[in-house]
Amino acid sequence: MSGARPAILALADGTVFRGGSFGAEGETAGEVVFNTSMTGYQEILTDPSYRGQLVCMTYTEIGNVGINPEDVESRRPFVDGFIVREYWAEPSNWRSRESLGDYLARCGIVGIGGIDTRALVRRLRTSGAQTGVISTADLDAERLVRKAREHPTLVGRDLVREVTCAAPYDWHQGLWKLDGGYQTVADAGRFVVAYDYGIKWNILRNLASAGCRVRVVPAATPAEDVLDMRPDGVFLSNGPGDPDAVDYAIDNVAKLVGKKPLLGICLGHQILGLALGGKTYNLKFGHHGGNQPVMDLTTRKVEITAQNHGFAVDVDSLKGLAELTHVNLNDRTVEGLRVPAQRAFSVQYHPEASPGPHDANYLFQRFMLLIDTGEM
Amino acid sequence: MPKRDDLKTILIVGAGPIVIGQACEFDYSGTQACKALKEEGYRVVLVNSNPATIMTDPEFADRTYVEPITPEVVEKIIAAERPDALLPTVGGQTGLNLALALAERGALERYGVELIGASVEAIRKAEDRDLFKEIMTSIGLDLPRSGWATTDLAAMEVMKRVGLPAIVRPSRTLGGTGGGIAETPREFAEVVRWGLASSPISQVLIEESIAGWKEFELEVMRDRADNVVIICSIENFDPMGVHTGDSITVAPAQTLTDKEYQIMRQAALAIIRAIGVDTGGSNIQFAVHPRTGRLVVIEMNPRVSRSSALASKATGFPIAKIAAKLAVGYTLDEIPNDITRETPASFEPTIDYVVTKIPRFTFEKFRQAKDVLGPQMKSVGEAMAIGRTFRESLQKAIRSLEVDRYGFEPEGSEALSRADLEAKLRTPNARRLWYLGDAYRRGLTTEEVSALTGIDPWFLENVRRIIAEEDGIAADSGPLDAGRLRAWKRMGFSDRRLAELRGESEAEIRARRVALGVRAVYKTVDTCGAEFAAHTPYLYSTYEGEDESGLLGARGKRKVMILGGGPNRIGQGIEFDYCCVHAAFALREDGFETLMVNCNPETVSTDYDTSDKLFFEPLTLEDVLEIVHRENPEGVIVQFGGQTPLKLAVPLEQAGVKILGTSPDSIDRAEDRERFEQVLAKLDLLRPVNGLARSAAEAVAVAERIGYPVLVRPSYVLGGRAMEIVYRREDLERYMREAVRVSPEHPVLIDDFLEEAIEVDVDAVADGEDVVVGGVMEHIERAGVHSGDSACSLPPKSIPAAVQDEIRRQTVALARELGVVGLMNVQFAVKESVVYILEVNPRASRTVPFVSKATGRPLAKIAARVMVGRKLRALGVTGEIIPKHVSVKEAVFPFLKFPGVDTLLGPEMKSTGEVMGIDGSFGMSFAKAQIGAGTVLPLSGTVFVSVLDADKPATVAIARRLAACGFSLLATDGTAAHLRRAGLRVERVNKVREGSPHIVDALESGAIALVINTPEGAAASLDSFSIRRTALERQLPYFTTVAGAEAAAEGIEMLQRGALSVRALQDYHSAASPGSSV
Repeated sequence: MSGARPAILALADGTVFRGGSFGAEGETAGEVVFNTSMTGYQEILTDPSYRGQLVCMTYTEIGNVGINPEDVESRRPFVDGFIVREYWAEPSNWRSRESLGDYLARCGIVGIGGIDTRALVRRLRTSGAQTGVISTADLDAERLVRKAREHPTLVGRDLVREVTCAAPYDWHQGLWKLDGGYQTVADAGRFVVAYDYGIKWNILRNLASAGCRVRVVPAATPAEDVLDMRPDGVFLSNGPGDPDAVDYAIDNVAKLVGKKPLLGICLGHQILGLALGGKTYNLKFGHHGGNQPVMDLTTRKVEITAQNHGFAVDVDSLKGLAELTHVNLNDRTVEGLRVPAQRAFSVQYHPEASPGPHDANYLFQRFMLLIDTGEM
Repeated sequence: MPKRDDLKTILIVGAGPIVIGQACEFDYSGTQACKALKEEGYRVVLVNSNPATIMTDPEFADRTYVEPITPEVVEKIIAAERPDALLPTVGGQTGLNLALALAERGALERYGVELIGASVEAIRKAEDRDLFKEIMTSIGLDLPRSGWATTDLAAMEVMKRVGLPAIVRPSRTLGGTGGGIAETPREFAEVVRWGLASSPISQVLIEESIAGWKEFELEVMRDRADNVVIICSIENFDPMGVHTGDSITVAPAQTLTDKEYQIMRQAALAIIRAIGVDTGGSNIQFAVHPRTGRLVVIEMNPRVSRSSALASKATGFPIAKIAAKLAVGYTLDEIPNDITRETPASFEPTIDYVVTKIPRFTFEKFRQAKDVLGPQMKSVGEAMAIGRTFRESLQKAIRSLEVDRYGFEPEGSEALSRADLEAKLRTPNARRLWYLGDAYRRGLTTEEVSALTGIDPWFLENVRRIIAEEDGIAADSGPLDAGRLRAWKRMGFSDRRLAELRGESEAEIRARRVALGVRAVYKTVDTCGAEFAAHTPYLYSTYEGEDESGLLGARGKRKVMILGGGPNRIGQGIEFDYCCVHAAFALREDGFETLMVNCNPETVSTDYDTSDKLFFEPLTLEDVLEIVHRENPEGVIVQFGGQTPLKLAVPLEQAGVKILGTSPDSIDRAEDRERFEQVLAKLDLLRPVNGLARSAAEAVAVAERIGYPVLVRPSYVLGGRAMEIVYRREDLERYMREAVRVSPEHPVLIDDFLEEAIEVDVDAVADGEDVVVGGVMEHIERAGVHSGDSACSLPPKSIPAAVQDEIRRQTVALARELGVVGLMNVQFAVKESVVYILEVNPRASRTVPFVSKATGRPLAKIAARVMVGRKLRALGVTGEIIPKHVSVKEAVFPFLKFPGVDTLLGPEMKSTGEVMGIDGSFGMSFAKAQIGAGTVLPLSGTVFVSVLDADKPATVAIARRLAACGFSLLATDGTAAHLRRAGLRVERVNKVREGSPHIVDALESGAIALVINTPEGAAASLDSFSIRRTALERQLPYFTTVAGAEAAAEGIEMLQRGALSVRALQDYHSAASPGSSV
């Protein structure tokens, strides 16, 4: 990053990395997490689940494919800061329209490059997720460490209200194709209401392509209002932060359980778990990446999944409340649960991928089957 | 699913000799498979004709057959061992072809052998291009337009549909032999004819040219529960049009968004399922249009491949080992990831670095061959490097190649016109990478360079940035500071390149760098981007904050570093890797902590469990010193990896590093001509009369004093490069003018050439006191053929016992005088019972693995132990083992890959690999070696003989033996007359210049079964060239030396007398060995 303006990343534990700035200049703080996906930084940047976080990519060459108008997961980038080993400003890809740095600068997101990201990851792995500050404005390392310590962690914070939509809207865009981009899906037979806790658009695209008319509603929409819309199924989306902090969502979902077929993904899965009476906890450094092996306990098949979560549902807390359907083969954490009697199921990982492997998109078909037949 | 217990014995097929397109990556994969299956308790039977492999070490299988890999021979092995299953997917194309052949002849069914890993059906679906195309279309995947043809006429029809330019690929050949791109109808006709001739089934595929598209590869694994994972994505720097084996390749893919990458991933999953590879790995190649993103499938290999080896080394994921476990029924989730231990193998590795592989070429060895790259693979090896950025890994890969490049040195195209430079960029060639640097120095833009080369602008921009940085480095005149120096090191600049750019010496740059504390740190290759703790210390250097090497490895153990051999090339191949691996094994067994340094991804030495710590690093002084600085080993072994590490012995010692074993001074005494003369004088030993010349005139004077013929070579290159036998003054003058650049610093060496002498190779091991001869090998071809290209026999075939004893005496005397500690190889020539010394090399030689396989004594392991201070006597290594059986080594050549190249043997080495034949008699062992090398000796038919006058008397006896075996004789005029005078019935045939029907017509018509053709002197006539070339292309057995022909006659006699039988190495060794304790 020679030539770039200096920038510092300081962690709450006192570790300091000096690098160069790219994207916007300024100062930003958040929980520092790492993502192991080798592709898909644009989708990661625009995933609202990263609200409150400074994301470090473990792959080293970032920026190669630039930014294009298509690979977006929401209306704007949501990460609070971006950390890379090597930022590349001259993209090469036939769909690229803009460099990553220009995009981040335009969107006011502070990036730091040129640091030993592997050392950072090893630090997070051993001492756990922690808060950090990236700054180009203040280069006093000690002061930045203090700021990092003073910055609140994610535990107990409701970040959902910061990212959810302001008003309901309908969704018609289907999945992306190499020849023709996104398809517009004509209104289909099923009607699904999707709670937006920070929803990724590819979930909506998957629902649309699977044959659903989708209405997206704000996170705090009362369950009664949703039931009044007479949906065939209700979807609980992904989103940022601590599920315990979104008590209003947990209460609403508790009212919906058993009334409508339910599918939850990521935060939606955790909220369902809590609504069923389970517990959640904070993982040491979370799962963020596109290579996590998950076993579907019904078929015994392994799927490679995209994941992005720092909290997880406690498996013991589910006993007698829900059935464990999917398990993470790396650390045996809960990846999926279901309550057949209540027509509800959920997964911790991201079957919509984007970025990541498409192994798990059968789950959208499973949801359609549930809506159509009540079977799962 | 647990492993299958209905299988007890599993047969593994190796890949045979090293050839272009099939190198030591299959020793790596086969060795992993053997280890994995033995670990699971299976009885493993192995067949491989290549003695230089680790997999054929007797401890890696229960039964090891060093026998030709032909369906006939392998069926005999099956009959003897009755395996329950055959694993054909770790032995390259050889393994698959053999499996198909065994299935076709009903052998698998006959003996109830199940194919595991890939079924016959899956192999056919992947290999039969028509069927493959049909299946791809049925699953909705796109392919280039194509059609196939078995005649010239049909080919023209296909061309009309596909259009030009078109690619022609012959069916079922290795590494694309015989393929080519045609731009014009005329070129098309030519390429088709050549392709039809190369294909064993006379079939070519004609495809829409997608030259210039982006090329990608995915390594895929599937288990029997239908779990599929992608191990690695690879993007080719060189676009479509250059064989992927000849392309610079980079992992992971750099220029795809996630959406595009996932389309490719989904396609790969669909393909492996549709082809029906039930378990194991496959390599799938794709092309992507650079402006539209259209994705087409190129091909699939339903087996472990060269790319799998690269992917294994690039990610740390042991593909072959896992493939073997999947083949016996495990599923991916049941197999732990060795590196993290706590996570399963059912995941997709993620990497936090960039891997670059650059192929290594040897066009200089084949003067008639054009340095042009295309769909037919021509590289003989490769180097891989790891860096945190592409620029760092690219520059590290360049200096790993060992082509005297330490970065983007100018390629010297300043003198070229712009148009000529553009031609160098447009037509892919071995030097194109450096021409790119020149292009930027000349001010070309990335847009222009990309248009000329088709290389993606992302790669080019990286090159441009390196060149721009070089300008900055050169312009920077102030004293170096740590900040700038660190920034340059992070871009991968070597000390040497920085020194050149700044006009300083490498030593000065290094001293300054060390003083400023700018040192390399080592990061771990861990499959997971540091998400989990790694337990396997597989490391690479970079210039960053945190070093991980100190956290890994054993404490309190004595530490020894072993330097590997770098990229394979002609003259330095798998044999040296074999020795390095043995050193690591032996020292680890003895409780040392072993550090391996190497940059060749094909090898067993770069397997993460061969040594205690693996440093995947270039073998340059700088890179080795950095590791030494970090690790501080008690000593370094340089004598096992061939010339590459040996060259570092003196500079390392000067830098204060302890060299284990024979001292660099002793090495110098053997290599420095004048000092060696003193050694010989002291011991009263003979060498051919010789002299030094520092000018052309001096050379003539020396040659006249010695008397023609003389052997001439430059003093500064090794491995037979530019070595020639000169018969006349004119030829010497031409040589001095064209072949060498002579100067006072670089004199030319001139030796008396001992015509018709028999050459002998001896390998010995010494501990500074005792010397034990490992083996005495008699060369079949006479003096003048490079020892690496000559067949040889152990024990000697014709050398009298007294002469052999004299050779042993001289060997021992030399080893003692030079104070050899470790291995030593001596080359002798015997003429009229007088023994001459040609060369002494106090280091591992190419023949060490062969000798070890022949005698059952692991020479390299013994030598490693001796080098760390143990004594031969204490190891129980005393007398020489002289086996009762005969082992014959034969060389294997790449001539078929180089159109227009002559097949004559000479003092310059040309072979890429070797095979071994082992049996009770010389004739049978020789015959086995020939079959192993792909030369099937005929049992009947017509022999064509055309020999030099000097060879005619000796040829009579051979012709008589062949006639007695029932062969008819055909000869050109002079030879025919000579043979008739000896009373033989011979038919005469026209030489080519005498007009049709001539000998080449006869060869092409298939009327000839065997060719004996000795050439005249160094300059072979066009006539005999076309005979040899036609024989090669028709794959007829041909012999270009009388000695070779004589051995062939003996082999044919043996084959006629009785059927070829097979025997395991373990049986030979238990009969031969006195029970050495090593």
